[in-house]
Amino acid sequence: MTAIEPTQIPTGRYRFSQVARMEWIKVRSLRSPWWTLTVTVVAAIGIAAAVGAQTKAHTADVTNNILGGVAPGLLLTGVLGVLVMTSEYTSGLIRTTFTAAPKRSLVLIAKAAVFGAVSLVVGEIASFSAFFAGTTSLPRTIASPALSHPSVLRAVALAGAGYCLIGLLGVGLGAIIRHTPAAVAVLVGGVYVAGTALVGLSKSAGSYGPVSIVANSLTTTKRLAHALPPWAGLGMLCLYAALALGIGGLLLARRDA
Amino acid sequence: MIVAEGLVKRYGTTTAVDGLTFTVQPGKVTGFLGPNGSGKSTTMRLILGLDTPDAGVTRIDGRRYRDLRWPLHEVGSMLESRAFHPGRSARAHLVALAASNAIGNSRVDEVLDQVGLADVAQRRAGTFSLGMAQRLGIATALLGNPQVLVLDEPVNGLDPEGIRWIRGLLKSLAGEGRTVFVSSHLISEMAATAEQLVVVGGGRLLADTSVAKLSAAGSGSLEEAFFALTADSAQYEVASQWAGSTTPANPRRASGMTRP
Repeated sequence: MTAIEPTQIPTGRYRFSQVARMEWIKVRSLRSPWWTLTVTVVAAIGIAAAVGAQTKAHTADVTNNILGGVAPGLLLTGVLGVLVMTSEYTSGLIRTTFTAAPKRSLVLIAKAAVFGAVSLVVGEIASFSAFFAGTTSLPRTIASPALSHPSVLRAVALAGAGYCLIGLLGVGLGAIIRHTPAAVAVLVGGVYVAGTALVGLSKSAGSYGPVSIVANSLTTTKRLAHALPPWAGLGMLCLYAALALGIGGLLLARRDA
Repeated sequence: MIVAEGLVKRYGTTTAVDGLTFTVQPGKVTGFLGPNGSGKSTTMRLILGLDTPDAGVTRIDGRRYRDLRWPLHEVGSMLESRAFHPGRSARAHLVALAASNAIGNSRVDEVLDQVGLADVAQRRAGTFSLGMAQRLGIATALLGNPQVLVLDEPVNGLDPEGIRWIRGLLKSLAGEGRTVFVSSHLISEMAATAEQLVVVGGGRLLADTSVAKLSAAGSGSLEEAFFALTADSAQYEVASQWAGSTTPANPRRASGMTRP
């Protein structure tokens, strides 16, 4: 048997930076998230190029149209966010994680910070590449929007933030629900179905649905009637994610692991 | 040293742990023995701060688990054998956990070598056999070179060579003055590995004694002594487990041979 070499116990105590490093290594060391994120980017670019090539009207909000791949793509980062939590419950890894770092709220904060950063970077890559692909494929007869035009940079940048915020909503839902299928169902129900149902209720209620916020508030350069202003929309998405993460954090601390 | 004082844990109307008080001393392997459903795993989760007790407290060297500064350096634990993401390599799994407690990658390679997984360290852990998964769990527990080890059924799924290996490992860890607390449903395994025994039944403490003393009480057989001790709680367990069922159960089987 190999003799155990004594290791030095570090000074201080474990903190956010150590837990975040653990979570970053967890994300980095799996292939599936990177495939999913690649698909997210490729889908956004593909849809943008197709929409750009089909654009006919001068009057349309071209920027908003070519960012049309963002709303369906949100589902991918949302589900990945759910899996950040629920995959650990599926395997039992969560209990090892909590024995390594017993402060559960710190674990959730670290997971959200790491996944939020990854999904923000990937989201911005997706939205900016989509914008350039879409504008490049526009017919010559259509005036191409540029990032220097009013509201265009904001629309493209907030589209990227949308991926991140729906991803964080997923992390929070994963912490609350803990089971992958149920959490994904609630995510899809909350983001897509409830949003559509709200539109049926009234147009102004519908403007609070997450997909509606991304499609009609964040990514528009021309303000739509019955849509939240872009920054108010961003605030609502932040609120949804913060609520889910806050409730998730409280439940993690209270419940048995 | 692990101390449990007046531990009570209820799940709904079931009382899994019912006023458990015991101490696990350093320097020897302490076996945690009891029939199926006697509260062994629950007690271990309470020690590790994963579940919150309804009453009582557990302390590790005087502190509650959640107050540990560098948990992996102080307590090594293994609860389930497949507590890893199947898509992650064994090494990446350990590197991630090590990072949470500022443990360097050289220590990761050391424990991989120690448990005999160095050659398969880059393989996805999902492809591991139960025995290899168990070794990865033990590697996780050893990561921080802790003074206290809490292992739930570590011999489960190991082949004879692996069982012999873990016996030697546990004894040498205890020989270095560490606290080693190991649950098992295999009485013969405890007889071969443990020096001290904490025996529970129905969530209550039945005996806190040395293996030698308990064997003597069963006229030289630890197994006889164990069945004599747990007869009541085992029958109670079986009665409640099979309530409403027409299938009669052999209490001996239910108490000794199933995994809690």
